[in-house]
Order: sequence, then C-alpha cells, then structure tokens
Amino acid sequence: MTPEQAVVAVETVTAIIDGLEVTVPKGTLIIRAAEQLGVEIPRFCDHPLLAPAGACRQCLVDVEINGRAFPKPQASCTMPVENGMVVKTQLTSEVAAKAQAGIMEFLLINHPLDCPVCDKGGECPLQNQAMSAGRTETRFEGEKRTFEKPINISSQVLLDRERCVLCARCTRFSEEIAGDPFITLNERGALQQVGIYEDQPFESYYSGNTVQICPVGALTGASYRFRARPFDLVSINSACEHCASGCDLRTDMRRGKTLRRLAGDDPKVNQEWNCDKGRWAFKYLTSRERVSTPMIRGADGELHEASWPEAISAAAKGLVSKRTAVLVGGRATVEDAYGYSKFARVALGTNDIDFRARAHSEEESEFLAAVAIDLKTTYADIDTADQVVLLSFEPEEESPIVFLRIHRQVRRRGMSVSTDAPLASRGSKKLKAELITSLTQINGLTSNSVILVGERAAETQGALSAALELSESTGAKLAWIPRRAGERGALQAGAIGNLLPGGRPVSDSAARVDIQTAWGISNLPTVDGRSTSEILHGLGDGSLDAVVIGAVDPFDISADALNQLLNTFVVSLEISHSAITAIADVVLPVAAVVEKSGSFLDWQASARAFEKGVEDAQMRSDVRILSMLADELAAPINLPSVAATAREIESLGKWDGAKPTFAKRSASAALQGEMTLVSWRLLLDLGTLQMGEANLAGTAKHARAHISAGRAAQLGVTESDSVRITSELGSIELPVSIYAMADHLIWVPRNSENSQVIPSLGFTSGAVKVAKI
Amino acid sequence: MAEQSKSFTQQLLGFWVTFITMFKKVNTVQYPEVKEPTAERFHGRHQLNRYEDGLEKCIGCELCAWACPADAIYVEGETNTDTERFSPGERYGKVYQINYLRCVFCGLCIEACPTRALTMTNEYELADDDRAKLIYEKDDLLAPLRQGMISPPHPMYPDTNHLNYYRDEIKGSHSSQEPLEKP
Repeated sequence: MTPEQAVVAVETVTAIIDGLEVTVPKGTLIIRAAEQLGVEIPRFCDHPLLAPAGACRQCLVDVEINGRAFPKPQASCTMPVENGMVVKTQLTSEVAAKAQAGIMEFLLINHPLDCPVCDKGGECPLQNQAMSAGRTETRFEGEKRTFEKPINISSQVLLDRERCVLCARCTRFSEEIAGDPFITLNERGALQQVGIYEDQPFESYYSGNTVQICPVGALTGASYRFRARPFDLVSINSACEHCASGCDLRTDMRRGKTLRRLAGDDPKVNQEWNCDKGRWAFKYLTSRERVSTPMIRGADGELHEASWPEAISAAAKGLVSKRTAVLVGGRATVEDAYGYSKFARVALGTNDIDFRARAHSEEESEFLAAVAIDLKTTYADIDTADQVVLLSFEPEEESPIVFLRIHRQVRRRGMSVSTDAPLASRGSKKLKAELITSLTQINGLTSNSVILVGERAAETQGALSAALELSESTGAKLAWIPRRAGERGALQAGAIGNLLPGGRPVSDSAARVDIQTAWGISNLPTVDGRSTSEILHGLGDGSLDAVVIGAVDPFDISADALNQLLNTFVVSLEISHSAITAIADVVLPVAAVVEKSGSFLDWQASARAFEKGVEDAQMRSDVRILSMLADELAAPINLPSVAATAREIESLGKWDGAKPTFAKRSASAALQGEMTLVSWRLLLDLGTLQMGEANLAGTAKHARAHISAGRAAQLGVTESDSVRITSELGSIELPVSIYAMADHLIWVPRNSENSQVIPSLGFTSGAVKVAKI
Repeated sequence: MAEQSKSFTQQLLGFWVTFITMFKKVNTVQYPEVKEPTAERFHGRHQLNRYEDGLEKCIGCELCAWACPADAIYVEGETNTDTERFSPGERYGKVYQINYLRCVFCGLCIEACPTRALTMTNEYELADDDRAKLIYEKDDLLAPLRQGMISPPHPMYPDTNHLNYYRDEIKGSHSSQEPLEKP
C-alpha cells in the first residue's frame, strides 16, 4: 500500500473553521486543522511531535458542535476536530481574541523584561505573539515574581525560571521523546517552576532539544549564551558529521565562525531532534590545533610550513614508485571517500585501501561487500516493526537518532526490543530491552521485524554471520549501522580493498571493465586489497613503503598502530594536529565540514548533501587535494571539485551484476580467562571531534567499570571502591558499578576519561585480570 | 562703447555689495583656530556611558546594531563573571565597534538602547586619513572615568543588584570595589 492509499483509508471528519470547511483525519487537533487552512492560532505548549498538554492556554478558540456552543473558549491544541464542529479563532471571534489577549497579559505579568539580555530575543515566540496579541502598556503595577538566575541544570543548559511560561515542552520532550525525565515542574501556582532532581543532574544526551523547543528564553545553551542575535547569523543546511544517524542540521555562523547548530526538520530521519554531540561538538572547527598550511618534515625532523606546490611535490616525490596504501578514516564525505578510492586505484595502482579505522575482520569485509552494500532497511521499517533486535549495537551511545525512533515505538505501542549486550545500559532500560545471550533466545521474530547490527559485530567472529542467518531464516530485515558518519558512504565509494565504487566487486572482471571504461584507464589492480590491520602490518614489516592517511586516530585501531608507521613515508590529510601529523612526512590541511560541500550517507544509505558555509581559499576538500597529488604523480584522477566528483559518482551508478559471496563463519569459542573485558564507546567521550567543548564534556557519563554483584563480592569491592584492570600491555583504574551481568564479564567505556581501552590495554575485548585497589 | 560703460557701472554695483558686507557681522569662523559650540542636540560621535561607580552601562544586547539602518555597529556580548565584571547583570559588550565610514548619525541606535548606555556627544571632528582608523573600538567610545569612578572590571556596589543600577541608585563607588593591590 502506498502512503497515498493509506491516507484514503483513514476515517475523516469535516468541520468549519473561520467559515472555511476543512476535512481532516479523525483525531486531528483543531490547531492542526486550522494550520491546513493557513490560520495560525498562537501557541506555546503545542508541539506536533509531543502529546497535547493544554498547559499555556494561549490557543483558546470559540467552539460549537452541532449548534451548541461551549460556554467558554476552548484550548484548540487539546481538542480533536469533530463532525459538525464550528470553530472561530481570533480572526473571526472577538471572544477568542479577547481570551488570547487575556492569557498573554497573564503570561507577561511575571515575565521579566529580559529581552535585551536574553538569547531568545529576536527569535522568540513570546516576543512575537506579545506583539500580535499583547497590549502596548502593562496594567500590572505589582512586583514581578523573581528567582535566582540563571541556574545551571547541567553544564550545557542554563535555566532562567523567571522567563518560563510553564508550557512543559521541555519536560514532555524529556519524558516522551528522550526517556530521560530528569527535569520536571515543581511547586504550584505562581511559584511553579522547572526543576531538576537533587541527586540526578539533567545529563540527557538529548538535552539540547529542550533549548531549541523552549518558546521563551528560559532554557539556553551555555555555549551560545550571549554570542549573537538572529540577524547576525548566516544559516546553512548541513549534515551531521558525528554519526551514521544522518541528522539534518542547521549551522548558524557569524562572520564565518560557527556559533551554534540546531536540529533540522527531516520527518524521515531525525524528525525535529538531534543529540547533544551533533548540536554542541563543533569547537574543533575553530580549534587552535587546526592545521592551516601545508607542512613538510625537514631534515631536522620538524614540520615546516610550506606552499601548496612545494608540499604536493614533496608528497608526490615520496610516493612515486613506492608500494603505497591508503587509510581513509570513517569521517570522509562520500565525495572525499570516492577521491581516495579512485586515487588508490589510478594514481597508486593498488587496492590497498580501507576506511575502517577501528576493529575489523575479514568476515566483515566480505559481509560489507556482499550483504551490507545492498541492505535497504530504513527508519520507516523501525517505525512499523514488530520487534527490534540489537546486535553488537548500543543505539543511544552509537546512533542516538536510531535510539529515539525505537524509543518512540516502545513508548507508543510497546514494541519489543532485545539486545545481545552483556548488561542493561541506561539506553536498554529505556527501551525495556530483553537481554539475550544467544540468538536462539529470540522468540517470535517475524518478517516484519528489524535486526540492527552495529560495527562492533566485527570484533566477534561469527557475529555478522549469525545475524545474517537470523535474518534469512526469519525474513526479518537486516541493517548494518556503523558508528561514524562516513563509513556507509565510503563503502559505497569503494574505499575498501574488495570493492570498487558503486559496490562493484574487485574480483569481477566485468565490474573492473565497467570502472576502467568510466575512468578511461586500461588496467585496474585485480587482487583484493589489504585491510587496515594488514596495511599496518605491511608498513611495519616493510612490504609497504608509504601510506596516505585521512582522518584516522591510530589508537582507534590498535595500541601499536602508530609504531608501525614510524619507518614509512606518511602523507597525512588532516584538519587538526594529531598523532598521525606528529609523525607524518607531509601534512596537507583539509577543509572541515563547514568549509566544504559534500554529502554523507547515513546507515540507510540515503544521502544528505550539504553546502559550504565558509569561503576560504586555503581550505580544500580531500578530493581536490588528492586530485592535485594525482596530477603531480602523472596519473590524473580528474576530480577538480566536489561537484564534479558528485557528478562522476552519479554517472557511475550502482553495480547490478553478480554479487560476491559471503561465506558464513561459525562463532569462535568464548575466550577463556578469569575475566573478559567488554566495551563500547559512549556518545560523549574523548572523541577527536568533541575536543575543546568543556560544557558538552561536563555531561558525559563518568567512566565506571561495570561488574556483577557476585564478582564484586568475590573481589570484595562495593560501589565506593575502585578496581585495577590489567592486561599484558597495561592497566586502567576505575571506580566500580554493580550491574546484573555475567560474573566473568567486566564492562568499561572504550574511550572515556581514565578509560582509554585500546592504548591502555591493547584490545577492545579480551581476557583481563581485575583486582581491588 | 556704451555697452562697456554699462558693464562698468554694473561692476561698481557688484563691488558695492562687497564693500557694504565688510561692515556687516561676520558669519564665518576661523576653524580650526576658532571652534563654535554646536547645537545642544547635535548628533556627533557616540559615547558609551558608565554608571557612577565606573561600571559600563552597555549590556551587549545589540539592539543598536539591529536598529542601525547603515549596518555601522558591530557588537559581541559576553558573560560577566564574578572575577571579571564590566557591567551590572549578566551580560556586557565585549566587542563594540562603530564604523564612522558608514554611520549616518541618525540616532536610531540611541533610541534603541535600553540602558542609556549609548548616547551621542557633540563631537564632530571625525575625519581621518585612514579608513581603518574610522572604525572606533569600545576603548575609543567609552566615556572617560570621572571623579569617583573605578575602571572595570570590578564588582558591583556592595549589597546591590543590577536593578539598583538601572534605577540609578548608585551614586559613586565603594572602597570594596577597588581592585586588589597587586603584590
């Protein structure tokens, strides 16, 4: 059934609003029906994605049904349209207009005249509606109610209780959408106020949305406070670069500097929400660590600034006739990833390219090429799913908008969720997820169910095979959700050893001919390329001589990744100084998202293009730089701009020939050891793109080691103690939290303060020794 | 010849006007040696005013920039902290620039200012030989410290809040507002 047919099947009702007849689906609120006619009823508490509250009373209208009028004006945001209803809004009814003016006067009695110092000034619904429905002079002569202001309800959200009109949008959002009811309305009457619990700060991953939907300036973001006025800002549409959820964002810039980011409105993806990382983690754009000019390592071992021609020629000299590999990193746009992909094949003549800067496996490479590239599961499938199964995937931490979509259905219709996580995280608890230790425990999986597999599945042999098996045997829809924003696009662009652009298998000669023709070259390398870890080993043992590296953090891969790069020629394309630029021979600065155009593919493989916000001739997209480098290497890739690259990708299209096969693996035996470490990344942690935003970091969860009660008793620790977790490489020390989980497991955050698992312990999961300290 | 004589008399007539004017009151002044006061409400260079204890009145609200029809004003607000306070209340103007290449001296900014921080002086000597010099910074615009004023940053007058300031109840500075002597 198409969406159009679905609408036809819905029962409708017809009413008259301001003398105009309107037919809407049964259950539509008067305020929505009026919108369809172009009649805007003023409102504060009403929000289309939140349950009706009728809290502010600003939307009062005159209603009569079948000739019988309500004795008093009614709130149009809580009353559904009925057949035979006659509604008169402020446009046609003096009673409604007077009622609205009265409510406005009430709201303004205690509202301070803060407009000049309030961040909302200039884009404030209260300000606007006070102009349209309010009086010019106040009749109130008493003292306004005052509160201490502002108070930090978290390190990133400030609350100004005097300004609040008690619409309850923030509290309803927190409870209904985010599932984090950490703020509530306290007290009653004139003293009613938004408050937080004493022992639980407002540390929700979605708290920024409350700032955005606050219809007054009661909730403001600490990082945007007093920074600008709406008329200072230039807004551009952008795509979020932080994860594969694929949020639509609006970036507001003043004089080329990004001052804030807001959730855009895409009903198919993020609706009107986003997470705090997407909203506030943008300080890296203006960080002092940004690389601003090309740099070449001189004979003295130090990096020296160089001109573009010098740097390109130095890079080319170091790469020419060397055995070179390419590491793309997970943050490249589709166009940039395509640039790396084509550069590796055409300019370097190799398939040694991989976008996975994280734990990975051969099983995963095959799974990506044979299965993941064709998966068509979408957010809409989650909305209608009978059941959702989460495998190696922690949605709230790793793809927060996926979490919101699942949570919405769990709340609305009790959709059942199961997860193979070793413990019930806060996110799992909010989803009422059933913990499973084996896929056989999942009951009643229908073809209308959805299986979401995270990138961590690559860390366990057989996990991806088992997920595929489960999907094939039940018909349930499968989706692969990587954590980083660029991974799905990089897969499509062929930035992996076994695929060419558009999902064409390297091993298929017809696919190679396809690409050879399109690129106008006579031969492509025919052997599948190496994976990230194989490339690093190759660089370490001398079977590779040089490497071109995009945005890669070596400690995302392994503890010794950096050491293996030490004796090779490294060309780094980076936005900021990093562990890689510290050892690179040539550093080429690339543009960050606001300085370039491009697009990201989200986990559904749908693209979101974004435009350049800052004109800076010095900052070029990766693909442009790779094109210059390829020219210098006398093997041009002819990708002079992002737009040209996008056109070339478009013209290549997708592969419709034979797919490579995926050989399923059986699960490896469980690790034998006294205790096994498991970990995943938290949404807010020490990630490179979150650098320099202290307010955001203030709401990150504190790192704690999670163990079972039984193990805690055996170790003699309580929640006030700490443990030392030791591997052969090193150790980390963390305070303990006790969770319901298997006795032999210990969970720690992967990349948080005091808990950087890969550099400290050398692996993401494995046998460790745990002792009380 | 007759025409020539007619012209001569007309010239004499012209010189007569010149001659008579020599005995009239002179309107021109020998600027810049002599400077006449302007009209009382003449729109001259702007000034950012202070409260009587020296704190700045500007709260960085940008309403002046908003009102400006010539887009001549640039303001960036910032948060006052307990250790660095420039104005009463939460917010102050960290950057304040008026571009006198653009300003049309209409005075709409003055009308917009909610704290009477921005007013206009009668100073009209705003010519210069460099365009950059005609962008006046906050330091160029701030009113001089008068008797009893302390240069910010410093705390508010003891036991007062921003409302006391707005109601003009602060009549001078207090010794506790003096910056601590650096050892």
